[in-house]
Amino acid sequence: MKKSVFLGTLTVAGIAAGVAGAATLDDVKARGTLNCGVTTGLVGFAAPNANGEWEGFDVAVCRAVAAAVLGDASAVEFVPTTGKTRFTALASGEIDMLARNTTWTFSRDVDLKFEFTGINYYDGQGFMIPRELGVSSALELAGATVCIQTGTTTELNLADFFRSNNMEYEPVPIETNAEAQQQYLAGACDVYTTDASGLAATRATFEDPGAHVILPEIISKEPLGPLVRHGDNDWGDIVRWTLNALIAAEEYGITSANIGELTAGTDNPEINRILGTEGNLGEMLGLDAEWAVRAISANGNYGEIFAKNIGESTPIGLARGLNAQWTDGGLLYSPPFR
Amino acid sequence: MATITDPPKGAFRLSMLINDTRYRSLTFQFIALFLLIALFAYLGSNLVANLRAAGLNISYEFLGEPAGYDINQTLIEYDSQSSHWRAAVAGVLNTLLVAFLACLTATILGTIAGVLRLSNNWLVRKLMAIYVEAFRNVPVLIWIIIIFTIMTAVLPAPRAFRGDEPEASMLFGAFAFTNRGVYTPLPIFGPGSSVVIAVFIASIVGVFAYRRYATKLLYDTGRLLPMGWPSLAILFVPTLLIYFILGRPIGLEYPELRGFNFSGGIQIRGSLIALWFALAIYTGAFIAENVRAGIQAISKGQTEAAASLGLRPGRIMNLVILPQALRVIIPPLISNYLNITKNSSLAIAVGYMDITGTLGGITLNQTGRAIETILLLMLFYLVISLGISALMNVYNNAVKLKER
Repeated sequence: MKKSVFLGTLTVAGIAAGVAGAATLDDVKARGTLNCGVTTGLVGFAAPNANGEWEGFDVAVCRAVAAAVLGDASAVEFVPTTGKTRFTALASGEIDMLARNTTWTFSRDVDLKFEFTGINYYDGQGFMIPRELGVSSALELAGATVCIQTGTTTELNLADFFRSNNMEYEPVPIETNAEAQQQYLAGACDVYTTDASGLAATRATFEDPGAHVILPEIISKEPLGPLVRHGDNDWGDIVRWTLNALIAAEEYGITSANIGELTAGTDNPEINRILGTEGNLGEMLGLDAEWAVRAISANGNYGEIFAKNIGESTPIGLARGLNAQWTDGGLLYSPPFR
Repeated sequence: MATITDPPKGAFRLSMLINDTRYRSLTFQFIALFLLIALFAYLGSNLVANLRAAGLNISYEFLGEPAGYDINQTLIEYDSQSSHWRAAVAGVLNTLLVAFLACLTATILGTIAGVLRLSNNWLVRKLMAIYVEAFRNVPVLIWIIIIFTIMTAVLPAPRAFRGDEPEASMLFGAFAFTNRGVYTPLPIFGPGSSVVIAVFIASIVGVFAYRRYATKLLYDTGRLLPMGWPSLAILFVPTLLIYFILGRPIGLEYPELRGFNFSGGIQIRGSLIALWFALAIYTGAFIAENVRAGIQAISKGQTEAAASLGLRPGRIMNLVILPQALRVIIPPLISNYLNITKNSSLAIAVGYMDITGTLGGITLNQTGRAIETILLLMLFYLVISLGISALMNVYNNAVKLKER
């Protein structure tokens, strides 16, 4: 790990100039694959399945971008990153985009020189605790030992939460979700804290998920989204509008099932513009007219991706909540395609 | 006919820089130096140019800003509002703590194992060989994780101590072994305790004075005073007397299960124990080999000569072999100490917040200042390592063979 940070630093030093000028789109096209940074393994968001193929909610974003740009949803090289290595990997050009439950914050956007291209999951930090301890509120956690993934916004939120409530706690910093799970299950920490979606995903893999409760308090705003480097706005636009296309597709009822007939032409000009039968949006992006068709066909629209990977019918069982369309009382709101 | 020893003293010509052996080596050294400087200048300017192109700058201002995160084990006052610099210092102290503990333990383990590897007892000899080979040939990171995993899996969680019929109980009612670490009683220094401590320090000085006197007496008159029990008596009797006369001013605070965790007492965290033991047994195996090499470097004639003077085997080892072996053992021992210090950077594997964990981990991540923090990290390790080398070289000079 330490090595990777160091090598990353060296790469930052060495490659930074190449990064600043070159167009990522040309690099990706020349390479024929998209290098996409994901987690080291969080079921539902990004994890290899039994066949060794990456799948999940974040993975679907990578695949959609690959489909839009390269015409092949499987032309993605997944690069597992930890909370600590992800930014160095992106800054150094090792990956073209990062889709790894990364919280959009001011300093990451402005100071670390990244460009968040939207929000694909509205999350918040929560706590998980064994049911047998009989704790029903995060305010009863004074003196608890808390496992946290290091290098994330969660450890800052945690420090703020306990400080503002005048409670003592003992942080146990842990490198990956898998190790945290092991420590938590062994009782080496009382509480595990991370984004509520991550808690649900982790709990789903337990032998007895019912023996653990997720406390009602959500102590922070965690808007998660894909991000790219500063300085290559064309590439940022592609990732941003691919995500928007997935969200808008759900809003307008474009699914992987009916997209074939919709591309024949519809009465709705917005759908026509998204699908490239009207206007020249694809050309403006530097892609062809069917970019969004391919992106949506890859894994379906946002709703389909959500339902398939983390929705209520999956073991993770997350409700749409804030992540419903704005028309359903959620926060998902794609700017217009025109 | 006189042979010309000196080359003719002609005027200096430029071609002499290549053709004249007196100048040639200097010329090439100068060229090499110039190329080296040019290379570094190029790398440096490349770095600066690229950073500027990427819109980044080198700045250490972040060190003064609040860190915002908590550290579980700190030897100095620290909270989440302290600066990144203070977090770095807390990390350095944690690094030094585990390095010191591991060096000490590794030396003891290594010396014992090294001496026992040369034992005449077949079983002991082979057991030590197994220890050395097993621990030396498996990476230290694996050992750190093995020990930590065993601790978390085997030892009970604090909640096992709860209830009327707990699954686990404290040793002597004072020590709790949990998977979060070991809790031991903490001495509480009441009024008058400084007197007790002063007496204890005086006793230590007394023991050294007695031993010096005994040695002097031995050399002057040949009379051999007993060493063992008078030393122990000088060390403990006065301190204990004062302790009880003053009405036991030093008390003990016992760890107690309160809420989620034990509180009170001293907590030695599982991460520290795992890192400490793993580094100690791993490096101990290397030190054992150094010790064995050092002892075997002393010719057998020395042992036989000492034996013929009538010395017992224990005294032969202590008075004849080890003092000579030390000069062979110390130099590689220094590099083993440096290895321990540097290997302690694996701490994050078990969540021990050393300098790599605080400055090179969380601070780097939260500020995104990769180049600055890595440079500072390198500087810290360099200073610590050079410091250890300097200290050990002083010791090496004290024990090395004095040639007159």
